[in-house]
Amino acid sequence: MATAALVAEPARVEVFGIRHHGPGSARSLLAALDDYQPDAVLIEGPADADPLIGWAAAEGMEPPVALLGYAQDRPSVAAFWPYAVFSPEWQAMRWALRRDVAVSFCDLPAAMTLAERRRSSPATADHPDESEPGPDGEPTDEQPPLDHDDAGRQHRQATEDPLALLAAAAGYDDAERWWDDVIESRMDGASPFPALIEAMAEVRREVGTVPGLAAEQEARREAYMRQTIRAALKAGRRRVAVVCGAWHAPVLTLPLPPANADARILRGAPKRKVTLTWVPWTHERLASASGYGAGVTSPGWYHHLWTAPDQPIVRWLTAVARSLRGKDLMVSSAHVIEAVRLADTLAALRGRPLAGLSEVTEATRAVLCDGDEVAVRFVTDHLVVGQALGTVSDGVPTVPLDADLTAQCRRLRIRREPTTRQHDLDLRTSHDQAKSKLFHRLGLLGLRWIQPAESGIQSQGTFRETWEATWRPEYAVTLVEASVWGTTVEAAAAAKIDRVAAEGSLAELTAAVGDCLLADLPDALGRLLAALAEKAALDIDVVHLMDAVPDLARAQRYGDVRRTDTASLRQVSEALLLRICTGLPQALAGLDDDAAAAMRRRLDAVHAAIGLLAADAAGGLLAASAAAEDGAPSTSTPGPTGRQRWLAVLASVADRPDLNGQLAGRIIRILVDAELLSDAPVRLHRALSHGVGAATKAAWIDGFFSDGAVLLIHDPELLSLLDEWVSGLGQEEFVDVLPLVRRTFGAFAESERRAIAGRVAAGAGQRPEQRADDDLDLELAAPALATVRLILGAA
Amino acid sequence: MTEVAAPPPTADLLRPHAEQVFAAELVALHSADDRPRPPHWRMSPWAVVTYLIGGTLPDGTVISPKYVGARRLMEVAVATMATDRALLLLGVPGTAKSWVSEHLTAAISGNSTLLVQGTSGTAEESIRYGWNYARLLAEGPSEAALVWSPVMVAMRNGTIARIEELTRIPSDVQDALITVLSEKTLPVPELGIEVAAAKGFNIVATANDRDKGINELSSALRRRFNTVVLPLPDSAEDEVAIVSSRVADMSKSLELPPVPPAIEEIRRVVTVFRELRSGVTEDGRTKIKSPSGSLSTAEAISVITSGLALSAHFGDGELRPGDIASGLLGAVVKDPVADQVAWSEYLEVVVRERSGWAEFYSACRELS
Repeated sequence: MATAALVAEPARVEVFGIRHHGPGSARSLLAALDDYQPDAVLIEGPADADPLIGWAAAEGMEPPVALLGYAQDRPSVAAFWPYAVFSPEWQAMRWALRRDVAVSFCDLPAAMTLAERRRSSPATADHPDESEPGPDGEPTDEQPPLDHDDAGRQHRQATEDPLALLAAAAGYDDAERWWDDVIESRMDGASPFPALIEAMAEVRREVGTVPGLAAEQEARREAYMRQTIRAALKAGRRRVAVVCGAWHAPVLTLPLPPANADARILRGAPKRKVTLTWVPWTHERLASASGYGAGVTSPGWYHHLWTAPDQPIVRWLTAVARSLRGKDLMVSSAHVIEAVRLADTLAALRGRPLAGLSEVTEATRAVLCDGDEVAVRFVTDHLVVGQALGTVSDGVPTVPLDADLTAQCRRLRIRREPTTRQHDLDLRTSHDQAKSKLFHRLGLLGLRWIQPAESGIQSQGTFRETWEATWRPEYAVTLVEASVWGTTVEAAAAAKIDRVAAEGSLAELTAAVGDCLLADLPDALGRLLAALAEKAALDIDVVHLMDAVPDLARAQRYGDVRRTDTASLRQVSEALLLRICTGLPQALAGLDDDAAAAMRRRLDAVHAAIGLLAADAAGGLLAASAAAEDGAPSTSTPGPTGRQRWLAVLASVADRPDLNGQLAGRIIRILVDAELLSDAPVRLHRALSHGVGAATKAAWIDGFFSDGAVLLIHDPELLSLLDEWVSGLGQEEFVDVLPLVRRTFGAFAESERRAIAGRVAAGAGQRPEQRADDDLDLELAAPALATVRLILGAA
Repeated sequence: MTEVAAPPPTADLLRPHAEQVFAAELVALHSADDRPRPPHWRMSPWAVVTYLIGGTLPDGTVISPKYVGARRLMEVAVATMATDRALLLLGVPGTAKSWVSEHLTAAISGNSTLLVQGTSGTAEESIRYGWNYARLLAEGPSEAALVWSPVMVAMRNGTIARIEELTRIPSDVQDALITVLSEKTLPVPELGIEVAAAKGFNIVATANDRDKGINELSSALRRRFNTVVLPLPDSAEDEVAIVSSRVADMSKSLELPPVPPAIEEIRRVVTVFRELRSGVTEDGRTKIKSPSGSLSTAEAISVITSGLALSAHFGDGELRPGDIASGLLGAVVKDPVADQVAWSEYLEVVVRERSGWAEFYSACRELS
């Protein structure tokens, strides 16, 4: 076409419009390149990455890999251009390198794309994961300004995967199958590319342009591509091959428009210093599942299409069967035969010449997996997406995570040295606080360079931390590995937390909350808490929830030291509490002694945690306890209501006959402490009366009195009751009960025991009224009282 | 002696067969269909899919959708029938398994009555053949003394046989199917003959996958089935549509006194079912516990129908939250302990907060 019209012009430019990550395109492209024998290959990709192309043929480069460009002054502003082995661009690079043909990139340099990024959306530049460009380096912006109208969406889809648009128009859900069916099998061996350019020109006319940032960007990119082509021609290339996304193909063919217009578009475009490098990539990240605009949903399937020499369906289903067998699912060859037949029949029913991924998946589901969705999902994760991890040659320059860490270390004056060095941090200074944050984040990333250590200075304060740093060379590898999580230490640590949030158990999630606060990752914390709330909602076992609450309450305390916002944390704890209150009555039923002992510990822990929560909510212990004492339903502060609900639930179960003695005792004790019960002596009496077995009584006592020495010292009525009970025991009963009771009272402090013994000896109930308050010197006491008030936080 | 009335005309039947109800559609599809048909099929696989999913024919005939849901499921089912593999429809109770099986056979064979109902008492005779003992004693073994099972009839005619609730059938009886499905023949050793299946013979079985463990299929048998799992409806609108159309059908055929179908109550029940089933509220903001019951669309239909009956006979003739609350409680709480927790948590966390649901909330509170 273009070439035919240019007989006079001996230099040729052939444009190969490809589908990014399309194995069919790659195959056609290789055939077309062999046929055309260009002397220069221009590939859509950041032009300033040219020096890196040579690495594509280097030893140790195993796709999937990605070109990574990041701003030198801010590694978090980064873009990836990933390539799989079946990517046409990758194959074009290899083709040219093998034959020693000049090869270079022709798209806007990363220096411009990233500078643009700063201009268009500075707010989101900090989240590299979300700002990954499309596979063609398409800066499909985080918030495309045209997404709200249909035309915009269509346009976006068209630029991202225009062939998918054509395939969809032809009734295909898998653009690769469409390529195979329509392009490959009906082209009689002729190159599909000229026809594609025509089709794409039609699509471009149809879709039109939507004015806006994206259109400007596109114009700039295409102008740059044309300029590169012109430069190649000027350099004396006779047969130029341009490999670019099909979308751009129609505007790159000869004759090119006058260069002035393009030069004008590009003039004055902002630039910034960027570093480019190769990084290992994974199939998982190629898949759209990890937030890729124009990513491919089934890299594993494409990889298979690319590598399978023949019979792709049979080979695929055999591979599926093998991986299912690896999971101990019985799948025979007969299954595979039937699956192939079903896939073929389905394709015929749908009027397709060949089965595609959707047919194969249906067949897998119906025949190989017996309709089991879990097994199908396993196949999808394992094979359709695939878990290939690329590798990069040793000589390739460093990753941005490393660059970010180096920058931070320089700022915080931490050196990587092989000898052990101790860091004593005082969290009250902002410098040390920043260090602590960094160390905690590195811990999250699994970098064992800096680890918590025993402090030489013994200190109980929450403001002191001691760390030990020893650098080992292999940590460089850890860093590169960790770089898949993000381009900065902060982003990577947050991504790790997100992974825990997505996959961890309730216990892991609660543990992560503390880490998250220590590492100061507020955004990740929000997501983590949301995940935690969800997990908690689904967890049927109240015990797990009860285990989670104390951790959360403690985490809230950490937060206070570091002045982070803990409101959402409190919300989650309260939601947990609500669920605990709903489920607690069931959880208390039918526990044996061991289970009851564990449950009692949990009750205590939750009760203490509720105290903390309530205190924080009301802004001070005094206020909280005042509110609780009033029993006023102060709905404005959720803390006290949570506490009231908790106490109400406890009160409702206190009288249940199926309650283990320990628990009954403990619950009564909690209620007595909260001053919700006035009839404690009566209850003690009832619990210790004749109808109850000795062991149960002892358990009750243990539950009620453990750590309650003060109660016994100051409540003569209770003491006398207890005394009566002990002295009223029969000989055999006494022997039975003695070890149990001793366990309870043995835990009291020496002085407490002596005081109680003294009271008993003096005759229970005849404690002399100590009314010595009269001669208190209030003036002397005033400073002490003020200090107490300060400590309690009332000031 | 009790007098038995003559069989009623189709219009008077409590529930006519699919091929009777949709006879007109089948005829229209049959005449519009020019695609190749597998042997003994009444229409092409494409037409069968159209019959199930609904659509408009070139001549303007509208085919009503029989199955509301993913087209691909029906395609897999029909493609399976076109191979010689048997089809197993799996799903929780009330996901239209039997409904699909009936319509599938009606469309392919024009006859959905070759049916074996699986129960724990189903004997081998209902899958293979039995004997007319009077004749057997009088004349000795002969073909005339043979009592043909639906499966055997289907083999001879090259049509589809249905087996309902396959997993309820005892394992040894299930295994009688293995020969039928792999050899496609049924030997009758007593007569020294065999009935070989004509082309087009196949089996559609349904099973409830919550019944696993009752009579799990042997892997030899399982291997001969392609499995299609019928899910619960995707979107709330689909489900509301299914429920309201089925409720209207049913109250017509049960001749309940007319009660205005309160769409918002239907929507409410569907919402409650969907939320409890999926364990998350429709707005996706709150996770909740899922009760143990299946909470299928069919149960939603019966909750509404019984609510209608309640309000027609005992209420004020209008469907009120109170009328559906009791049915709903019964449908949700199957396990008195765990489900009760889930239900009261749902009431407290979700229902109570929702605007416009106050009456419903108090109706439910009264009951639980």
